[in-house]
Amino acid sequence: MKDFKLNYKPFGDRSILIEWPSEIDSSILNDLLLFKSAIVNQSIKGLVEVKSAYNSILVIYNIAIDDVYGEIKHLKALYSERVSTIKSANRHWRIPVCYEDVFALDLEAMSVQTKLSKTEIIALHSEAVYSVYFIGFLPGFLYLGGLDKKLHFQRKATPRLHVKKGAVAIGGSQTGVYPNESPGGWNIIGNSPISFFDVSKKEPCFAEAGDKIQFYEVSKSEYDGIKTLVEAGIYQLESEVIDD
Amino acid sequence: MIKMLKPGFFTCIQDLGRMNYQEYGVPYSGAMDRYSAQLSNALLNNKVEAAVLEVTMTGPELFFNSDTCICITGADLSPLLNAENIKNNQLIQIKKGDVLSFGRLKYGFRAYIAVSGGFQSEIVMQSRSMYKGITKDFRLSKGDELQIGKATKSMQASNAALKINRAQFKTMSIEVFKGPEFDQLSKAQQKQLFSQEFSVSKNHSRMAYQLKEPFNNSLQAIITSLVMPGTVQLTPSGSLIVLLRDCQTTGGYPRVLQLKESAVDILAQKFTGSRFRFVPAN
Repeated sequence: MKDFKLNYKPFGDRSILIEWPSEIDSSILNDLLLFKSAIVNQSIKGLVEVKSAYNSILVIYNIAIDDVYGEIKHLKALYSERVSTIKSANRHWRIPVCYEDVFALDLEAMSVQTKLSKTEIIALHSEAVYSVYFIGFLPGFLYLGGLDKKLHFQRKATPRLHVKKGAVAIGGSQTGVYPNESPGGWNIIGNSPISFFDVSKKEPCFAEAGDKIQFYEVSKSEYDGIKTLVEAGIYQLESEVIDD
Repeated sequence: MIKMLKPGFFTCIQDLGRMNYQEYGVPYSGAMDRYSAQLSNALLNNKVEAAVLEVTMTGPELFFNSDTCICITGADLSPLLNAENIKNNQLIQIKKGDVLSFGRLKYGFRAYIAVSGGFQSEIVMQSRSMYKGITKDFRLSKGDELQIGKATKSMQASNAALKINRAQFKTMSIEVFKGPEFDQLSKAQQKQLFSQEFSVSKNHSRMAYQLKEPFNNSLQAIITSLVMPGTVQLTPSGSLIVLLRDCQTTGGYPRVLQLKESAVDILAQKFTGSRFRFVPAN
Protein backbone atom coordinates (compact mmCIF):
# COMPACT_ATOMS: atom_id res chain seq x y z
CA MET A 1 0.00 0.00 0.00
CA LYS A 2 1.34 3.37 -1.05
CA ASP A 3 1.90 5.91 1.75
CA PHE A 4 1.02 9.46 0.76
CA LYS A 5 2.83 12.40 2.27
CA LEU A 6 0.13 13.90 4.47
CA ASN A 7 -0.07 17.34 5.93
CA TYR A 8 -1.53 17.77 9.45
CA LYS A 9 -2.72 21.22 10.55
CA PRO A 10 -4.76 22.48 13.48
CA PHE A 11 -7.92 24.12 12.08
CA GLY A 12 -9.55 26.32 14.73
CA ASP A 13 -9.28 25.28 18.37
CA ARG A 14 -11.02 21.93 18.16
CA SER A 15 -10.23 20.38 14.79
CA ILE A 16 -7.32 18.88 12.91
CA LEU A 17 -7.19 18.99 9.12
CA ILE A 18 -5.35 16.20 7.31
CA GLU A 19 -4.46 16.91 3.68
CA TRP A 20 -3.43 14.64 0.83
CA PRO A 21 -1.73 16.03 -2.33
CA SER A 22 -3.93 18.67 -3.94
CA GLU A 23 -5.52 16.69 -6.76
CA ILE A 24 -8.66 14.71 -7.54
CA ASP A 25 -7.60 11.09 -7.79
CA SER A 26 -9.29 7.79 -6.99
CA SER A 27 -6.21 6.35 -5.25
CA ILE A 28 -6.32 9.36 -2.89
CA LEU A 29 -10.04 8.74 -2.33
CA ASN A 30 -9.43 5.09 -1.39
CA ASP A 31 -6.56 5.92 0.94
CA LEU A 32 -8.54 8.74 2.55
CA LEU A 33 -11.62 6.57 3.18
CA LEU A 34 -9.41 3.86 4.67
CA PHE A 35 -7.80 6.32 7.09
CA LYS A 36 -11.20 7.87 7.85
CA SER A 37 -12.69 4.52 8.88
CA ALA A 38 -9.56 3.76 10.93
CA ILE A 39 -10.07 7.03 12.85
CA VAL A 40 -13.81 6.46 13.32
CA ASN A 41 -13.27 2.88 14.56
CA GLN A 42 -10.58 3.88 17.01
CA SER A 43 -12.97 5.72 19.41
CA ILE A 44 -10.57 8.55 20.15
CA LYS A 45 -11.37 10.42 23.38
CA GLY A 46 -13.44 13.56 22.79
CA LEU A 47 -13.82 12.94 19.08
CA VAL A 48 -17.21 14.04 17.75
CA GLU A 49 -17.08 13.92 13.99
CA VAL A 50 -14.84 13.03 11.06
CA LYS A 51 -15.72 14.47 7.66
CA SER A 52 -14.01 14.25 4.30
CA ALA A 53 -13.79 15.98 0.92
CA TYR A 54 -11.67 15.31 -2.22
CA ASN A 55 -8.26 15.37 -0.58
CA SER A 56 -8.77 16.14 3.07
CA ILE A 57 -10.23 14.86 6.33
CA LEU A 58 -11.37 17.06 9.20
CA VAL A 59 -11.20 15.48 12.66
CA ILE A 60 -13.45 17.41 15.04
CA TYR A 61 -13.29 17.19 18.84
CA ASN A 62 -15.97 18.30 21.30
CA ILE A 63 -13.78 20.79 23.14
CA ALA A 64 -10.60 22.75 22.43
CA ILE A 65 -7.71 20.33 21.91
CA ASP A 66 -5.19 20.55 24.77
CA ASP A 67 -2.18 19.01 23.11
CA VAL A 68 -2.53 19.41 19.34
CA TYR A 69 0.88 17.95 18.56
CA GLY A 70 0.29 14.92 20.74
CA GLU A 71 -3.03 14.35 18.97
CA ILE A 72 -1.38 14.72 15.54
CA LYS A 73 1.27 12.18 16.59
CA HIS A 74 -1.50 9.78 17.55
CA LEU A 75 -3.23 10.27 14.16
CA LYS A 76 0.08 9.74 12.31
CA ALA A 77 0.54 6.43 14.11
CA LEU A 78 -2.99 5.43 13.12
CA TYR A 79 -2.21 6.22 9.48
CA SER A 80 0.87 4.03 9.45
CA GLU A 81 -1.09 1.18 11.06
CA ARG A 82 -4.07 1.34 8.71
CA VAL A 83 -4.74 -1.86 6.82
CA SER A 84 -6.35 -2.18 3.42
CA THR A 85 -8.62 -5.03 4.50
CA ILE A 86 -11.13 -2.94 6.44
CA LYS A 87 -13.26 -1.89 3.59
CA SER A 88 -16.95 -1.24 3.65
CA ALA A 89 -19.01 -2.88 0.93
CA ASN A 90 -19.36 -0.18 -1.70
CA ARG A 91 -22.20 -0.24 -4.21
CA HIS A 92 -22.60 0.54 -7.88
CA TRP A 93 -25.82 2.50 -8.46
CA ARG A 94 -27.70 2.83 -11.74
CA ILE A 95 -29.51 6.17 -11.94
CA PRO A 96 -32.22 6.89 -14.57
CA VAL A 97 -31.92 10.24 -16.35
CA CYS A 98 -34.21 11.80 -18.95
CA TYR A 99 -32.09 13.85 -21.35
CA GLU A 100 -35.06 15.12 -23.42
CA ASP A 101 -35.41 18.80 -24.36
CA VAL A 102 -38.06 19.46 -21.72
CA PHE A 103 -35.32 19.05 -19.06
CA ALA A 104 -32.04 19.54 -20.97
CA LEU A 105 -32.02 23.34 -20.95
CA ASP A 106 -28.33 23.71 -21.89
CA LEU A 107 -27.75 20.59 -24.01
CA GLU A 108 -28.27 22.45 -27.30
CA ALA A 109 -25.77 25.20 -26.35
CA MET A 110 -23.24 22.58 -25.20
CA SER A 111 -23.71 20.65 -28.43
CA VAL A 112 -23.01 23.76 -30.52
CA GLN A 113 -19.91 24.74 -28.55
CA THR A 114 -18.37 21.28 -28.13
CA LYS A 115 -19.25 20.28 -31.72
CA LEU A 116 -20.60 17.00 -30.32
CA SER A 117 -24.12 15.91 -31.23
CA LYS A 118 -26.66 15.68 -28.40
CA THR A 119 -26.63 11.89 -28.81
CA GLU A 120 -22.84 11.83 -28.42
CA ILE A 121 -22.99 13.99 -25.28
CA ILE A 122 -25.66 11.73 -23.78
CA ALA A 123 -23.65 8.62 -24.66
CA LEU A 124 -20.44 10.01 -23.12
CA HIS A 125 -22.30 11.13 -20.00
CA SER A 126 -24.09 7.83 -19.43
CA GLU A 127 -21.25 5.44 -20.40
CA ALA A 128 -18.87 6.72 -17.71
CA VAL A 129 -18.71 5.18 -14.25
CA TYR A 130 -18.39 7.94 -11.66
CA SER A 131 -16.90 7.71 -8.18
CA VAL A 132 -18.67 9.37 -5.27
CA TYR A 133 -15.96 11.43 -3.50
CA PHE A 134 -18.14 13.03 -0.82
CA ILE A 135 -21.46 14.77 -0.23
CA GLY A 136 -21.48 18.55 0.18
CA PHE A 137 -22.78 21.90 -1.09
CA LEU A 138 -26.43 20.93 -0.53
CA PRO A 139 -27.89 18.07 1.53
CA GLY A 140 -27.55 15.04 -0.76
CA PHE A 141 -25.36 16.65 -3.43
CA LEU A 142 -22.85 14.01 -4.57
CA TYR A 143 -19.41 15.19 -5.68
CA LEU A 144 -18.58 12.84 -8.56
CA GLY A 145 -15.25 12.20 -10.28
CA GLY A 146 -14.81 10.67 -13.72
CA LEU A 147 -16.48 13.04 -16.21
CA ASP A 148 -15.12 12.51 -19.74
CA LYS A 149 -12.72 15.36 -20.66
CA LYS A 150 -14.74 16.03 -23.83
CA LEU A 151 -17.64 17.06 -21.62
CA HIS A 152 -15.73 19.52 -19.44
CA PHE A 153 -17.68 22.74 -19.90
CA GLN A 154 -17.42 26.05 -18.07
CA ARG A 155 -20.10 27.11 -15.61
CA LYS A 156 -22.69 29.62 -16.78
CA ALA A 157 -21.62 33.27 -16.41
CA THR A 158 -24.83 34.09 -14.56
CA PRO A 159 -26.20 31.35 -12.30
CA ARG A 160 -29.89 30.45 -12.54
CA LEU A 161 -31.94 31.47 -9.52
CA HIS A 162 -34.02 28.30 -9.67
CA VAL A 163 -32.58 24.99 -10.79
CA LYS A 164 -35.15 22.19 -10.63
CA LYS A 165 -34.89 19.31 -8.18
CA GLY A 166 -33.25 16.36 -9.94
CA ALA A 167 -31.45 18.50 -12.56
CA VAL A 168 -28.43 16.66 -13.97
CA ALA A 169 -25.72 19.17 -14.76
CA ILE A 170 -22.12 19.79 -15.78
CA GLY A 171 -19.92 22.47 -14.19
CA GLY A 172 -16.29 22.63 -15.30
CA SER A 173 -14.80 19.15 -14.85
CA GLN A 174 -17.62 17.95 -12.61
CA THR A 175 -21.07 16.49 -13.07
CA GLY A 176 -23.81 16.18 -10.48
CA VAL A 177 -27.50 16.06 -9.64
CA TYR A 178 -29.27 18.87 -7.75
CA PRO A 179 -31.02 17.04 -4.86
CA ASN A 180 -33.47 19.91 -4.35
CA GLU A 181 -34.45 23.13 -6.05
CA SER A 182 -31.68 25.69 -5.55
CA PRO A 183 -29.80 28.46 -7.33
CA GLY A 184 -27.02 27.04 -9.52
CA GLY A 185 -24.56 27.87 -12.28
CA TRP A 186 -24.01 24.46 -13.86
CA ASN A 187 -25.19 23.51 -17.37
CA ILE A 188 -28.34 21.43 -17.22
CA ILE A 189 -28.44 18.40 -19.54
CA GLY A 190 -31.24 16.29 -18.04
CA ASN A 191 -33.23 15.37 -14.96
CA SER A 192 -33.40 12.32 -12.71
CA PRO A 193 -36.67 11.25 -11.06
CA ILE A 194 -34.76 9.68 -8.15
CA SER A 195 -34.76 11.22 -4.68
CA PHE A 196 -31.16 12.00 -3.64
CA PHE A 197 -32.04 13.23 -0.18
CA ASP A 198 -34.88 12.12 2.09
CA VAL A 199 -35.05 13.69 5.56
CA SER A 200 -37.45 11.02 6.79
CA LYS A 201 -34.90 8.21 6.32
CA LYS A 202 -32.30 7.15 8.85
CA GLU A 203 -29.77 7.13 6.02
CA PRO A 204 -30.99 10.20 4.12
CA CYS A 205 -28.79 9.52 1.06
CA PHE A 206 -28.65 6.14 -0.66
CA ALA A 207 -25.05 6.61 -1.78
CA GLU A 208 -21.89 7.28 0.22
CA ALA A 209 -18.28 8.20 -0.48
CA GLY A 210 -16.54 5.34 -2.30
CA ASP A 211 -19.67 4.18 -4.17
CA LYS A 212 -19.94 4.21 -7.99
CA ILE A 213 -22.68 5.90 -10.00
CA GLN A 214 -23.74 5.29 -13.58
CA PHE A 215 -26.49 7.14 -15.40
CA TYR A 216 -28.79 5.50 -17.96
CA GLU A 217 -31.12 7.19 -20.39
CA VAL A 218 -34.91 6.98 -20.01
CA SER A 219 -37.71 8.52 -22.07
CA LYS A 220 -40.06 11.16 -20.67
CA SER A 221 -42.83 8.56 -20.22
CA GLU A 222 -40.47 6.16 -18.39
CA TYR A 223 -39.35 9.15 -16.29
CA ASP A 224 -42.95 9.90 -15.35
CA GLY A 225 -43.55 6.26 -14.41
CA ILE A 226 -40.47 6.14 -12.15
CA LYS A 227 -41.35 9.50 -10.60
CA THR A 228 -44.79 8.18 -9.63
CA LEU A 229 -43.21 5.15 -7.92
CA VAL A 230 -40.59 7.35 -6.18
CA GLU A 231 -43.29 9.66 -4.84
CA ALA A 232 -45.30 6.68 -3.61
CA GLY A 233 -42.14 5.47 -1.84
CA ILE A 234 -42.09 2.11 -3.63
CA TYR A 235 -39.38 2.59 -6.27
CA GLN A 236 -36.45 0.20 -6.03
CA LEU A 237 -33.19 1.75 -7.18
CA GLU A 238 -30.93 -0.65 -9.08
CA SER A 239 -27.58 -1.38 -7.45
CA GLU A 240 -25.05 -4.10 -6.94
CA VAL A 241 -22.23 -4.61 -4.45
CA ILE A 242 -18.84 -3.85 -5.96
CA ASP A 243 -16.61 -6.90 -5.74
CA ASP A 244 -12.96 -6.11 -6.21
CA MET B 1 -49.11 26.68 23.99
CA ILE B 2 -47.78 30.00 22.74
CA LYS B 3 -49.40 31.77 19.80
CA MET B 4 -47.37 33.94 17.43
CA LEU B 5 -49.33 37.19 17.03
CA LYS B 6 -46.52 38.87 15.04
CA PRO B 7 -43.35 37.10 13.94
CA GLY B 8 -40.93 40.06 14.00
CA PHE B 9 -38.23 40.42 11.31
CA PHE B 10 -36.95 36.85 11.49
CA THR B 11 -37.79 34.50 14.34
CA CYS B 12 -36.96 30.81 14.28
CA ILE B 13 -36.54 27.83 16.60
CA GLN B 14 -32.96 26.75 17.31
CA ASP B 15 -31.13 24.40 19.65
CA LEU B 16 -27.46 23.42 19.70
CA GLY B 17 -27.68 22.22 16.11
CA ARG B 18 -27.64 19.11 13.98
CA MET B 19 -24.50 17.09 14.62
CA ASN B 20 -23.40 13.99 12.70
CA TYR B 21 -25.16 14.76 9.41
CA GLN B 22 -22.31 16.74 7.81
CA GLU B 23 -21.39 13.69 5.73
CA TYR B 24 -24.78 13.97 4.02
CA GLY B 25 -24.17 17.66 3.28
CA VAL B 26 -26.51 18.85 6.06
CA PRO B 27 -25.45 22.10 7.81
CA TYR B 28 -25.07 22.22 11.60
CA SER B 29 -27.50 25.14 12.13
CA GLY B 30 -28.24 25.89 15.81
CA ALA B 31 -28.32 29.16 17.74
CA MET B 32 -26.09 31.81 16.13
CA ASP B 33 -24.97 33.03 19.57
CA ARG B 34 -24.69 29.75 21.46
CA TYR B 35 -23.50 31.44 24.61
CA SER B 36 -26.67 33.54 24.99
CA ALA B 37 -28.93 30.63 23.99
CA GLN B 38 -27.34 28.38 26.60
CA LEU B 39 -27.58 31.12 29.23
CA SER B 40 -31.34 31.45 28.66
CA ASN B 41 -31.81 27.72 29.26
CA ALA B 42 -29.46 27.67 32.25
CA LEU B 43 -31.46 30.41 34.01
CA LEU B 44 -34.59 28.26 33.66
CA ASN B 45 -32.89 25.02 34.73
CA ASN B 46 -33.66 23.64 31.28
CA LYS B 47 -31.55 21.00 29.61
CA VAL B 48 -28.68 22.55 27.68
CA GLU B 49 -30.08 21.24 24.39
CA ALA B 50 -33.63 22.62 24.92
CA ALA B 51 -34.92 24.53 21.88
CA VAL B 52 -35.27 28.31 22.16
CA LEU B 53 -36.61 31.09 19.95
CA GLU B 54 -33.96 33.04 18.10
CA VAL B 55 -35.18 36.59 17.45
CA THR B 56 -33.35 38.76 14.92
CA MET B 57 -33.37 42.58 14.99
CA THR B 58 -37.05 43.12 15.85
CA GLY B 59 -39.03 41.13 18.35
CA PRO B 60 -42.17 39.04 17.89
CA GLU B 61 -45.45 39.40 19.76
CA LEU B 62 -46.39 36.26 21.65
CA PHE B 63 -49.61 35.23 23.41
CA PHE B 64 -49.31 32.68 26.24
CA ASN B 65 -52.13 30.20 26.57
CA SER B 66 -50.78 28.70 29.81
CA ASP B 67 -48.76 29.55 32.90
CA THR B 68 -45.01 29.10 32.51
CA CYS B 69 -41.64 30.77 33.02
CA ILE B 70 -39.46 32.41 30.39
CA CYS B 71 -36.04 34.01 30.15
CA ILE B 72 -34.76 36.41 27.49
CA THR B 73 -31.02 36.74 26.76
CA GLY B 74 -28.75 38.09 24.03
CA ALA B 75 -29.64 41.35 22.32
CA ASP B 76 -31.71 43.86 24.31
CA LEU B 77 -34.87 44.52 22.29
CA SER B 78 -36.68 46.36 25.13
CA PRO B 79 -38.98 43.47 26.10
CA LEU B 80 -42.48 44.23 27.44
CA LEU B 81 -44.89 41.96 29.30
CA ASN B 82 -48.48 43.20 28.95
CA ALA B 83 -46.97 46.54 27.85
CA GLU B 84 -44.80 46.86 31.01
CA ASN B 85 -41.01 46.93 30.75
CA ILE B 86 -39.22 43.75 31.78
CA LYS B 87 -35.53 42.85 31.81
CA ASN B 88 -33.28 40.48 29.94
CA ASN B 89 -31.35 37.79 31.83
CA GLN B 90 -34.05 37.31 34.43
CA LEU B 91 -36.56 34.62 35.26
CA ILE B 92 -40.03 35.89 34.30
CA GLN B 93 -43.23 34.28 35.51
CA ILE B 94 -45.95 34.12 32.87
CA LYS B 95 -49.70 33.83 33.50
CA LYS B 96 -52.16 32.43 31.01
CA GLY B 97 -53.31 35.32 28.77
CA ASP B 98 -50.06 37.33 29.03
CA VAL B 99 -48.63 39.00 25.93
CA LEU B 100 -44.89 39.40 25.37
CA SER B 101 -43.80 42.10 22.93
CA PHE B 102 -40.67 44.07 22.15
CA GLY B 103 -39.62 47.65 21.46
CA ARG B 104 -36.46 49.34 20.29
CA LEU B 105 -33.18 47.47 19.69
CA LYS B 106 -30.74 48.74 22.35
CA TYR B 107 -27.70 46.52 21.77
CA GLY B 108 -26.79 43.28 19.98
CA PHE B 109 -28.70 41.79 17.04
CA ARG B 110 -30.13 38.44 18.19
CA ALA B 111 -32.17 37.73 21.32
CA TYR B 112 -33.09 34.32 22.70
CA ILE B 113 -36.34 33.41 24.42
CA ALA B 114 -36.27 30.22 26.46
CA VAL B 115 -39.36 28.72 28.04
CA SER B 116 -39.60 26.19 30.89
CA GLY B 117 -39.25 22.72 29.42
CA GLY B 118 -38.21 24.09 26.01
CA PHE B 119 -40.08 24.50 22.72
CA GLN B 120 -41.45 21.16 21.52
CA SER B 121 -41.26 21.51 17.74
CA GLU B 122 -40.57 18.60 15.35
CA ILE B 123 -37.22 16.84 15.68
CA VAL B 124 -35.55 16.19 12.33
CA MET B 125 -32.18 14.42 12.31
CA GLN B 126 -31.83 14.72 16.09
CA SER B 127 -32.41 18.47 16.21
CA ARG B 128 -35.20 21.02 16.32
CA SER B 129 -33.08 23.70 14.62
CA MET B 130 -35.00 25.15 11.69
CA TYR B 131 -33.32 24.99 8.29
CA LYS B 132 -34.83 25.27 4.82
CA GLY B 133 -35.34 21.85 3.25
CA ILE B 134 -34.72 19.98 6.51
CA THR B 135 -37.51 21.16 8.82
CA LYS B 136 -41.01 21.92 7.51
CA ASP B 137 -40.55 25.65 8.08
CA PHE B 138 -37.36 27.66 8.33
CA ARG B 139 -38.93 30.59 10.18
CA LEU B 140 -42.02 31.24 12.29
CA SER B 141 -45.08 33.01 10.91
CA LYS B 142 -48.08 34.87 12.24
CA GLY B 143 -50.63 32.47 13.74
CA ASP B 144 -48.15 29.66 14.46
CA GLU B 145 -48.96 27.74 17.62
CA LEU B 146 -45.86 26.65 19.53
CA GLN B 147 -46.03 23.71 21.92
CA ILE B 148 -43.99 24.03 25.08
CA GLY B 149 -42.65 21.50 27.59
CA LYS B 150 -43.68 20.97 31.16
CA ALA B 151 -41.76 22.95 33.72
CA THR B 152 -39.68 20.58 35.87
CA LYS B 153 -40.46 22.45 39.07
CA SER B 154 -42.17 25.67 39.97
CA MET B 155 -39.82 28.60 40.15
CA GLN B 156 -40.13 31.88 41.95
CA ALA B 157 -39.58 34.98 39.90
CA SER B 158 -37.51 37.64 41.59
CA ASN B 159 -36.42 41.10 40.65
CA ALA B 160 -32.80 40.05 40.52
CA ALA B 161 -31.44 40.02 37.00
CA LEU B 162 -28.17 38.27 36.21
CA LYS B 163 -25.46 40.82 35.50
CA ILE B 164 -24.04 39.70 32.20
CA ASN B 165 -20.79 40.76 30.69
CA ARG B 166 -21.90 43.50 28.29
CA ALA B 167 -18.42 43.44 26.67
CA GLN B 168 -19.58 40.56 24.47
CA PHE B 169 -21.81 43.01 22.61
CA LYS B 170 -19.38 45.92 22.49
CA THR B 171 -16.03 44.34 21.79
CA MET B 172 -14.39 45.06 18.44
CA SER B 173 -12.03 42.10 18.79
CA ILE B 174 -12.78 38.93 16.86
CA GLU B 175 -10.30 36.26 17.94
CA VAL B 176 -9.00 34.07 15.12
CA PHE B 177 -6.55 31.30 14.30
CA LYS B 178 -4.71 30.96 10.97
CA GLY B 179 -6.79 29.16 8.35
CA PRO B 180 -5.36 26.30 6.26
CA GLU B 181 -4.46 28.66 3.37
CA PHE B 182 -3.22 31.57 5.54
CA ASP B 183 0.42 30.80 4.76
CA GLN B 184 -0.24 31.19 1.03
CA LEU B 185 -1.00 34.90 1.52
CA SER B 186 1.83 37.39 1.06
CA LYS B 187 3.44 38.76 4.22
CA ALA B 188 1.82 42.13 3.47
CA GLN B 189 -1.63 40.54 3.17
CA GLN B 190 -1.13 38.56 6.38
CA LYS B 191 -0.25 41.79 8.15
CA GLN B 192 -3.18 43.64 6.59
CA LEU B 193 -5.69 41.05 7.89
CA PHE B 194 -4.69 42.01 11.44
CA SER B 195 -4.10 45.74 11.00
CA GLN B 196 -7.15 46.74 8.99
CA GLU B 197 -10.56 47.45 10.48
CA PHE B 198 -13.40 45.49 8.84
CA SER B 199 -17.15 45.95 8.87
CA VAL B 200 -20.20 43.77 8.21
CA SER B 201 -21.73 44.43 4.76
CA LYS B 202 -25.47 44.34 4.12
CA ASN B 203 -25.06 40.75 2.90
CA HIS B 204 -25.35 38.84 6.14
CA SER B 205 -27.49 35.91 7.15
CA ARG B 206 -27.43 32.83 9.33
CA MET B 207 -25.29 31.24 6.63
CA ALA B 208 -22.51 33.82 6.34
CA TYR B 209 -21.42 37.42 6.88
CA GLN B 210 -19.79 39.08 3.89
CA LEU B 211 -17.40 41.87 4.90
CA LYS B 212 -17.66 45.26 3.26
CA GLU B 213 -13.98 46.05 2.68
CA PRO B 214 -12.46 44.57 -0.50
CA PHE B 215 -9.30 42.54 0.13
CA ASN B 216 -6.77 42.14 -2.65
CA ASN B 217 -6.64 38.48 -3.64
CA SER B 218 -4.03 36.61 -5.64
CA LEU B 219 -4.86 33.11 -4.37
CA GLN B 220 -6.23 30.43 -6.68
CA ALA B 221 -9.44 28.61 -5.81
CA ILE B 222 -8.75 25.35 -3.96
CA ILE B 223 -10.13 21.88 -4.67
CA THR B 224 -13.45 21.79 -2.80
CA SER B 225 -12.52 21.18 0.82
CA LEU B 226 -13.95 21.28 4.33
CA VAL B 227 -15.30 24.33 6.10
CA MET B 228 -17.17 24.97 9.34
CA PRO B 229 -18.84 27.83 11.19
CA GLY B 230 -16.19 30.50 11.76
CA THR B 231 -14.17 29.78 8.61
CA VAL B 232 -13.15 33.01 6.82
CA GLN B 233 -13.02 32.55 3.05
CA LEU B 234 -11.38 34.84 0.50
CA THR B 235 -13.25 34.86 -2.83
CA PRO B 236 -11.66 35.33 -6.28
CA SER B 237 -13.34 38.75 -6.52
CA GLY B 238 -11.64 39.83 -3.29
CA SER B 239 -14.39 39.53 -0.69
CA LEU B 240 -13.91 38.14 2.78
CA ILE B 241 -16.78 35.90 3.90
CA VAL B 242 -17.17 34.60 7.44
CA LEU B 243 -19.18 31.37 7.46
CA LEU B 244 -21.68 30.94 10.28
CA ARG B 245 -24.02 28.31 11.74
CA ASP B 246 -26.07 27.53 8.59
CA CYS B 247 -23.01 27.32 6.30
CA GLN B 248 -22.50 24.61 3.71
CA THR B 249 -20.34 21.67 4.72
CA THR B 250 -17.70 22.20 2.01
CA GLY B 251 -16.31 25.09 -0.01
CA GLY B 252 -13.79 25.91 -2.72
CA TYR B 253 -12.44 29.29 -1.62
CA PRO B 254 -9.15 29.67 0.24
CA ARG B 255 -9.69 29.57 4.02
CA VAL B 256 -7.52 32.33 5.42
CA LEU B 257 -8.71 32.48 9.04
CA GLN B 258 -10.76 30.47 11.52
CA LEU B 259 -12.73 32.20 14.28
CA LYS B 260 -12.43 30.96 17.84
CA GLU B 261 -15.71 29.40 19.04
CA SER B 262 -16.50 32.36 21.30
CA ALA B 263 -15.80 34.80 18.42
CA VAL B 264 -18.59 33.17 16.36
CA ASP B 265 -21.04 34.10 19.14
CA ILE B 266 -19.67 37.64 19.29
CA LEU B 267 -19.89 38.18 15.52
CA ALA B 268 -23.48 36.84 15.50
CA GLN B 269 -24.48 39.88 17.59
CA LYS B 270 -23.07 42.31 14.96
CA PHE B 271 -24.93 43.56 11.90
CA THR B 272 -24.65 45.87 8.87
CA GLY B 273 -22.02 48.52 9.53
CA SER B 274 -20.67 46.97 12.78
CA ARG B 275 -16.90 47.38 12.81
CA PHE B 276 -14.32 44.98 14.21
CA ARG B 277 -10.73 43.75 13.98
CA PHE B 278 -9.31 40.27 13.70
CA VAL B 279 -6.94 39.56 16.57
CA PRO B 280 -4.79 36.45 17.05
CA ALA B 281 -6.31 34.01 19.57
CA ASN B 282 -4.30 33.22 22.74
